[in-house]
Order: sequence, then C-alpha cells, then structure tokens
Amino acid sequence: MNKPAGPVRTTDTALEDIEVELFVRALKLRHGYDFSQYAPASLKRRVLQLVQSQQSGTVSTLTTRLLHEPGFLPVVLEGLSVPVSEMFRDPDVFLALREQVFPVLASYPQINIWQAGCAHGQEVYSLAILLEEAGLYERTQIYATDFNESALRHAQEGIYPAREAQLWSRNYQAAGGRHSLADYYSARYELIKLDQRLRRHVTFANHNLVADEVFCEAHLVLCRNVLIYFSDPLQDRTLALFRDSLVRGGFLCLGTRESLDFSPAAADFTPVNAPLRIYRLGSRTTGVD
Amino acid sequence: MAAPVAIVIGCSAGGLTALEILFSGLLPILPQPIAVCCHTGSATVDLMCELLARHASMPVVEARERAPLEAGVIHVAPSGYHLLVEPSRRFSLSVDERVSYARPSIDVLFESAAEAYRDTLIGVLLTGANSDGAEGLARIRRNGGLAIVQDPADAESPAMPMAALDIAGTDHCLPLAAIAPLLNRLCLP
Ligand SMILES: C[S@@+](CC[C@H](N)C(=O)[O-])C[C@H]1O[C@@H](n2cnc3c(N)ncnc32)[C@H](O)[C@@H]1O
Repeated sequence: MNKPAGPVRTTDTALEDIEVELFVRALKLRHGYDFSQYAPASLKRRVLQLVQSQQSGTVSTLTTRLLHEPGFLPVVLEGLSVPVSEMFRDPDVFLALREQVFPVLASYPQINIWQAGCAHGQEVYSLAILLEEAGLYERTQIYATDFNESALRHAQEGIYPAREAQLWSRNYQAAGGRHSLADYYSARYELIKLDQRLRRHVTFANHNLVADEVFCEAHLVLCRNVLIYFSDPLQDRTLALFRDSLVRGGFLCLGTRESLDFSPAAADFTPVNAPLRIYRLGSRTTGVD
Repeated sequence: MAAPVAIVIGCSAGGLTALEILFSGLLPILPQPIAVCCHTGSATVDLMCELLARHASMPVVEARERAPLEAGVIHVAPSGYHLLVEPSRRFSLSVDERVSYARPSIDVLFESAAEAYRDTLIGVLLTGANSDGAEGLARIRRNGGLAIVQDPADAESPAMPMAALDIAGTDHCLPLAAIAPLLNRLCLP
C-alpha cells in the first residue's frame, strides 16, 4: 500500500512564493486589481514590506484581511504603489523637453499632455512650471493619472517636505529654469506648498494602466519609472495604449533607464533623443508624417 | 552548493579599488554572469564601468532592465535604481525607497538573485562603511548558495564585512587578494 504523500517540502522562499501568488489571486478575484503582470521580484519585495509595516507575520494574514476587511484595500494599493518621485528628476530630460519638444508643441493651438503614473505630483508641477516659462501653459491641458487614490490626493495638494527643496532647486536650475524655484512655492514649518495656480490646467484622474483604456488625444505622453515595474506583456500593452493615445508625430518620454528596444512598439516610434528616452510617433521607415 | 551559475558582488566605501583588484585576478574564461552593486555618489556609473573595464578581462556594462544576465559579462547596477534579478534571470529596476540609505541596495540585489539562482549563486561582499548586504548574504546562504566575505582586517572599510559575518556568517572569509583565485577555482567547469 502506498503511503499518502506528505506536503511538498519547501524552503522559506518557496513557501513565500506560494503565498504571494495566492495574495495576487485574491486581490484580483476580490477587488479586480490585477498585479499578475508586474515584475515578480520587485512585487514580492513590496508585498513582504507590507507584511512588515502591517505587522502581519505572514503574507497569508494579509490575504485574509484583504478578503474580509472592507477598508483594507486602500492600504494594500498604497503599499504596492511606489509613489517615490522628485521635481525635475533627471534635469537633462526636462531641459530636452524644453529645447526639443516644446518648439514643436508650440505649433498646436491646443496642447494635451498625459502624465501617467504621476505619484505625488512632483513631475506635474515641474511640467507646469516649464510650460509657464515657455509661454505655452495657457493653451495646455495636463491629464495627470495614477491608480493610487491617496497619491492623487497628495498630488492635488502639492505639499512636500521642505528638506526636498534644496535638491529640487538644483534640479530646476539644471533643467534650464528661468527664475528661482522658491518663486513657485511657499514654505511654512517643515513644509513647502506649490503655488496652486500651477494646477489651473491640470486634471487629476484615477487611471489604471493595467485595465483602463485610451481617454484623450495627447501631443505628449510622459510616463517615467512606471514601466520598470511591469513584465513584458504589460509593458507592451501600456506602450500600445500610449501609441493609440498620441496624435501622429506626438512625443513619448520614458524614464532614462527604460527602453523601447525589447518591445514591438519600438517599430512605431522614432528616437528624438535616445539617451534621454524621448521618442516621436512615426515609423523609422516612413519618417514622421 | 551546486555548480555555480552566477556571481553577485556588493561593496561601498573603498569598493572601486577593491573591484579593480578582484577583476584583474579573474580568468577571462569564467562562464558565469557577474552582477555588481557598488554604492557611489555619482549620477551615473559610466565612468565606473570604464575604469573597471581597464582592469577586467571581460566586458563591464551598466545593467539594463529586461536584459538577461549574460555569461562572461560584468553588469553594474545603475546609479539611483535598485537592481533586481527576476525569476526569469533577467534584470529589473526599481525606484522604491532607499534601503539603509542606499539605492541601489546590495540587499535588494542579493535577495532577488538568491531566489532566482538558489543554490547555484555565489555572493561576495567586500569593503564598505555600512551594513547593507548582510541580510542579502544571509538569504543567499539560506537558499543554499555560497558566501564569500572580505576579511574585515584586510578591508579599507571593515563595517560591511563585519556586519555580514555577524548577521549572515560566511563560507569563506579571505583577504581580497585570495578571492579571485578562489572564484576561479569554484567557477571553472
Ligand atoms: C516610481 S513612481 C514614478 C513617479 C514619477 N513618474 C517619476 O519618475 O518620478 C511610479 C508610479 O506609478 C504608479 N503606478 C504603478 N502601477 C500603475 C498602474 N497600473 N496604473 C497607473 N499607475 C501606476 C504608482 O502608483 C506610482 O505612483
């Protein structure tokens, strides 16, 4: 007679992998949020961080709370999203936008910009300042989207720790800023608040790159340091979404360590400034237009 | 451990010189990919790759997201990003919060590589002024991989190897000059 097979022997990491997989399934089945196409290693890291910050002990405990506690979803989404950003992060990129992209945008009577994955809004305010200084802001509409609702609220408020101001000021100068960054915020206690007039042409909206569709016709899509979290099929889906949102000749700006090279979408875009990951919609063979 | 398939290396203060010495001793025919996380203050690692390439007998490149770990190539973590190895044995990057003040963090690289390579991974921790890498090295050992720590007495900054010995223990604790010969012995088929 055969002995019944015991449980498959697992090391601690293999057990964690099973738990993470069940957690991701639960998140999808219970709440409709699909993280199954995120890059597994970095996703697992954030799930384990959530275990720690929630003092849950195990991933399975998180899963139980996710299934049974109505208020727990926002906590999880906040933990899985990485709203880490800076104003004028990679100043060269903003300088290149100013010098290589804005002159083309200036030829449109109305300019639509989609900033996807806007985190706490640092890049939104950066863009608004650049456009203001280029004299283009009055005819611009910025759509700033993220799937993290609390990050969007934060972005709307535009309040940040004052200790960031020094780095951001340096970035702003390196990005070709015409004034002093301090002209655009007021400081109080340990905080700075961005001039809310900068928000007058910004619409903040919840948009999930995993599930949601095209919603505007954009002349520039800026999506930096979001694709690094996605695995291939989701990167491809997202890039197709950007392609379908852009007008012909429209611009796409990715993070400086992200790349189109591994994606079928590469064929649809022509590099404008390859090292800084600025592309234009239009195939290499036919050229733009 | 099983036959080694990949090598990960971590260091911070004094790391550049240590890496130069280490790489100049490695045989050019090692079939394993190497991934390096070295804390630097600079905005890019272009210069570091260039300097290291002068001492290494294999190509030194900045690691790119989605690119596979390539045999016989030294991949350096870009500045400002965490470098991870995915289960598919390709790189990914993240801008998650700093880990013990560092991004890239050695722990992040080591822990993810430990999962991807299990008992076929060698982790090497060199000179450094903080305790990054100790948890990662512990994870490598728990998953059956092999740990090599620079002897703190031999390190320009002993804090990092000391923390590793404390938290992870090690399979080998050696002066820098002895590490390349050991890797050559372990890694040649
Ligand atoms: C690291 S931040 C990037 C911030 C900014 N673009 C930058 O580069 O500084 C990544 C942002 O992408 C958002 N994100 C991640 N997955 C998303 C998805 N599926 N849909 C929309 N936003 C997403 C996160 O919530 C987070 O705010």
